[in-house]
Amino acid sequence: MVPLAWYLVLAAVLFIIGLVGVLVRRSVLIVLMSLELMLNSVNINLLAFSYYLQDIRGQVLAVFVITITAAEVAVALAIVVAMMRNRNTLHVDQINLMSD
Amino acid sequence: MEKVFFLLFAATAIASALGVVLAKNPVHSALSLIACFIQVAALFILLRSPFLAVVQIFVYVGTTIVLFIIVIVMLDIRQAKFDRFIPGNLLGACSVALMLGGIMVAMLLRSERLAALTPQGELSGTTDELGKAIFTQYLLPFEVVSVILLVALIGAIILAKKENT
Repeated sequence: MVPLAWYLVLAAVLFIIGLVGVLVRRSVLIVLMSLELMLNSVNINLLAFSYYLQDIRGQVLAVFVITITAAEVAVALAIVVAMMRNRNTLHVDQINLMSD
Repeated sequence: MEKVFFLLFAATAIASALGVVLAKNPVHSALSLIACFIQVAALFILLRSPFLAVVQIFVYVGTTIVLFIIVIVMLDIRQAKFDRFIPGNLLGACSVALMLGGIMVAMLLRSERLAALTPQGELSGTTDELGKAIFTQYLLPFEVVSVILLVALIGAIILAKKENT
């Protein structure tokens, strides 16, 4: 039997890797992928608690997280395409239209 | 036996997650992300939730990453390949994140309440129970989420449309 803490440690490690990706990468696409990684590590936590506490609500919440992630990616990639078309850049530090 | 599989999947997931962050080419990042998500789906099987594992593969690998790859192919990524990392304060960001991770892992491993937790008996037929829970107790959030998905779809189409057509 795998201890619960192992799953949580794995989720924490994946979350930190995703966080580092969001903080240090410049390309918007990689930042979005790292965001996916962070959301996915949250799902591991939800399912681990759902199994160890014998409670189905963790899985219900994980379904909602997956759905919202799909919606978020669709909108974010549409914004990336629009940005590439109008400003011709993919760098996170050149996306400063709101501050001008 | 389960521990062996867990360690195998976890090691591959962490290695491919590092690949996502460190790869130079966005396409390589997307492929590493696919590997990572498949490992996580395998972990979901170990956690006795086969439905979520299948949804993970269908939604993440089947649509999300494919969407990423389509966008990468559609856009010109040659200029995005240069300078991978934000210049300057790289060390600060990394050390803050690693410190946060260290604290999280240390607290998880030292917790006695987590160590005492073991599943008593199996959930019987988890897909069955999941469907019943979603369509009875959580029907309203489910409908709201489907409306959000529809709105996001329409919004994405409008955002990605050419302005003057």
